[in-house]
Amino acid sequence: MLIKILLLIAILAIAGLGLRAPSGARHLAFRRIAVVAFAGLAALSVIFPEAWNAAADWVGVGRGTDLLLYGLIVFTFASMATTYRRFRELEQRFTELARRLAVDEAVGPRLTAPAPGAVDDAGDDGRTS
Amino acid sequence: MAANPDACLVIPLYNEATVVGDIVRQAREAFDNVVVVDDGSSDDSAAAARRAGALVVQHPVNLGQGAALQTGIDVALRLAGVEYLVTFDADGQHRLDDAVEMVRRLRRDEADVVFGSRFLDGRTQATPLKRTVLRAAVVYSRLTTGVRLTDTHNGLRALNRRAATSFRIRQNRMAHASEIIAKVGSSDLRWVEHPVHILYTDYSRSKGQSVLNAVNILTELLYR
Repeated sequence: MLIKILLLIAILAIAGLGLRAPSGARHLAFRRIAVVAFAGLAALSVIFPEAWNAAADWVGVGRGTDLLLYGLIVFTFASMATTYRRFRELEQRFTELARRLAVDEAVGPRLTAPAPGAVDDAGDDGRTS
Repeated sequence: MAANPDACLVIPLYNEATVVGDIVRQAREAFDNVVVVDDGSSDDSAAAARRAGALVVQHPVNLGQGAALQTGIDVALRLAGVEYLVTFDADGQHRLDDAVEMVRRLRRDEADVVFGSRFLDGRTQATPLKRTVLRAAVVYSRLTTGVRLTDTHNGLRALNRRAATSFRIRQNRMAHASEIIAKVGSSDLRWVEHPVHILYTDYSRSKGQSVLNAVNILTELLYR
């Protein structure tokens, strides 16, 4: 029973994660922590394989392998969501790059020098990161 | 002959070589400034548009209609004397008379944005399925943006310079229509709707959007 609640929470959290705009450094840090945690968990699983059975028993799943499978599905879904987000971000940059090329080719780069201290707004979409 | 020198037509173009020449030639009679954004066409659409007298901007690769519109807006804003921008489709489904009239309304300062609508009068003939999907889009748009338009997916729009500089289109593909409405809705821009006639020719029908595309648009809006 516990496993149903845990899995549903995980699925909803990941679906919601995709909605939020990624936030640079924090997002990257979480990603790296997740990778380290994943490696640690994998190593522990090798050393204490029976720990999965105990954990499965605790959340109400038959065998450790089943729990592992559920975890794998959730993990796959999560990596799908974060990949989609990263992809959208990359696409945005790629668009700005291609647009700059297209505009410069058609009408030429801005020849009028910006006033001292002024920021040239060509191709800048307002993001600072 | 100077025709609407204070306005610029922005036409996103993707593989329409057979019709774009005529569209641009007709457009140039009503508008001095015609910017065509070739979105990485694989045919000779760009050359045809250039021969017909448009200022052609070429995306090096295909990015999508929303991206093409934003590029066109960027270029149009850099043309001297351009105060009004009109987004116009390359497949011949819009009427130039409607575009001219929409610019006239901007010039009279009735609004900052004029949205074309095919459902303000009974002229436009759409299939029942298309009508249903477009109606659903209207309901969704009203719920999420608070802007009460009668036609949310009409490519014919007119903007003044203030409106065109106040937002950037970030939805590269088809979701840009809803995105523009949302951005107008959350700003202090004044908007009106203008009745327009959509010409569903055999050609535009063959190029038209599959209604299944609504699924893609919804996904892109949700997971931006």
